[in-house]
Amino acid sequence: MFRPIEIDTSRCAQGAFRRRSGDGPTERDAGPAQVASLQAEPRTSRLTGILRAAAIGLAVGGPLPAAAQETVEILNVSYDPTREFYRAYNELFSAWWIAQGHAPVTLRQSHGGAGAQARAVIDGLEATVVTLALSADIDQIAERTGRIPADWQSRLPHNSSPYTSTIVFLVREGNPRGIKDWDDLVADGVQVITPNPKTSGGARWNFLAAWAYAERNGLDPRDFVGALYRNVPVLDTGARGSTTTFTQRGIGDVLLAWENEAFLALESLGDDAFDIVVPSVSILAEPPVTLVDGNIASDAQREVAEAYLDHLYSPEAQALALHHYYRAWDPSLAAPEDVARLPDLDLVTIADFGGWPVVQPKYFGEGGIFDQIYED
Amino acid sequence: MSDIVLSRPVPVTTEPQLARALLVGLAVLFAALFLFAPLATVFAEALAEGWQGAIAALSLPDAQAAIRMTLSIAAIAVPLNAVFGIAAAWAIAKFDFRGKAFLITLIDLPFSVSPVVAGLMLVLLFGANSSFGAWLMAHDIRIVFAFPGIVLATLFVTFPFVARELIPVMIEQGRTEEEAALTLGASGWRTFFTVTLPNIRWALLYGVLLCNARAMGEFGAVAVVSGKIRGETATMPTMIEMFFNEYLSVAAFTLAAVLAMLALLTLLLKSLLEWRHADLLAATRRH
Repeated sequence: MFRPIEIDTSRCAQGAFRRRSGDGPTERDAGPAQVASLQAEPRTSRLTGILRAAAIGLAVGGPLPAAAQETVEILNVSYDPTREFYRAYNELFSAWWIAQGHAPVTLRQSHGGAGAQARAVIDGLEATVVTLALSADIDQIAERTGRIPADWQSRLPHNSSPYTSTIVFLVREGNPRGIKDWDDLVADGVQVITPNPKTSGGARWNFLAAWAYAERNGLDPRDFVGALYRNVPVLDTGARGSTTTFTQRGIGDVLLAWENEAFLALESLGDDAFDIVVPSVSILAEPPVTLVDGNIASDAQREVAEAYLDHLYSPEAQALALHHYYRAWDPSLAAPEDVARLPDLDLVTIADFGGWPVVQPKYFGEGGIFDQIYED
Repeated sequence: MSDIVLSRPVPVTTEPQLARALLVGLAVLFAALFLFAPLATVFAEALAEGWQGAIAALSLPDAQAAIRMTLSIAAIAVPLNAVFGIAAAWAIAKFDFRGKAFLITLIDLPFSVSPVVAGLMLVLLFGANSSFGAWLMAHDIRIVFAFPGIVLATLFVTFPFVARELIPVMIEQGRTEEEAALTLGASGWRTFFTVTLPNIRWALLYGVLLCNARAMGEFGAVAVVSGKIRGETATMPTMIEMFFNEYLSVAAFTLAAVLAMLALLTLLLKSLLEWRHADLLAATRRH
């Protein structure tokens, strides 16, 4: 912190510089002829001013705990493919919330494989709301932390799922392997890309959709799904990881993907590289949302968080979900082409399997059917 | 001395010209293929949409928050580990005590433990499922999925760098100079600052630079404890992955290029210092 002092001999003749010890300010006896040299002073003070401003900027903008900021903050812990939708929805909600006469809020996002995200919330990630891929993950949080009531799924319409999706196939341009339906996936030499059902919600929907196809077509589902997983070279932890494995790293012949994820890949990477194949049977995937009651810090935060989830059901947000390739419930404000591009297909539901409380332990729990199949 | 006639320099290696050229060529080819080409690709991808694209990417609030985060972490973790490293190396090199070998093994632990495991250890220790973590949460102290957890993870992973650089140098130098200083009446601190520190400064600098590079680049351990909250707990490496996963490849590679440039800058700084103090460097034995 020593400030170098340049001594101009011509000025020294007119007034004496005196220097205090350390980094104290320089003092000078301002003689009558000294006035002109005083202009050196503001320059140093401007420099220290800039340094001080930078230091303050760093302190305020830095990630150190910000002192007493009154803005309400919402942390939405979500699964992988919702990144683009929630980025858009957060803007929509912010604008709507301010238009309602409220103070601006800070909306934060965290994305990853649904199972891994649920695990993080269980370990203490302070989510205000969770918007995960399937209700079993939220059940896990409710069961293990008690921060969500057990009957959470009845709190919002449509099983707390403001939008739904399904599972389709993404294949390489021109479909060189001629993949048309689930039974083409078990053929020799076909490489199927799907994430790990242990960590990814989408992967569990993939698994159940394949199972449903086998049941509908009189095949042994266990053998059929086992044959399918023998064709899987890599199990990523989340849906987006599988998508990048398939699209960017060029591994595999077919990707089992969320319908919205498949459309998004076409949109982002060009529809001349991939084609979507719609199978004869698939599953109605219901990604639910809920408030994490135990993490709510204040009434103001609860009010924003509840409005944040309720507003997902508004016609504007539903149109936005449709625009982001989700199958939303209310198409009244949606562009017709956003609705028309989602094909009609035969969808089984999770209720056909007995609901997630039955399905989760039976198929995906420790030693469950997936473990048995994958060990073979 | 004048009667020594320096004739043409005699090559000390006896390998034929061809073999040497081949070896050098191989080394250059390897460096070009595995070091330069990937780095060049990163910069090319970052500039795929021109300078405007890269500048727009860097002005994203998430990118700026990630840069600030990474710099803050390095600013805390590197000085702390420099102090810890000097203390550990000093204890090991200058003193004899029981359990010294154990301490050396302990210092190496972060090298042998996978960063992911390091992150999970922190989650298990400070997470809501441990009694200590529950106590912290009850008192509104957030460690994991917040800034302190990321600093702890970085501290753990980068701990050995400084100590590992210093220990061999300090052992090699022995303790005679310190003993001389002490017998001449210097205090402990004075001995440290005028004798020990000047002797180890190059090793220390090298250790600090390595520590800094790793602190800024650490991914595995940080990813586990960060909770991946954009704009809040995302560091540069985790933000790069997020951008890449969101098809924002220009943003991902621009941030990657900045991270690479920060690393190159530290290397440049090291070379510059070595070059400016070449004579001093020759006087002290290593580095």
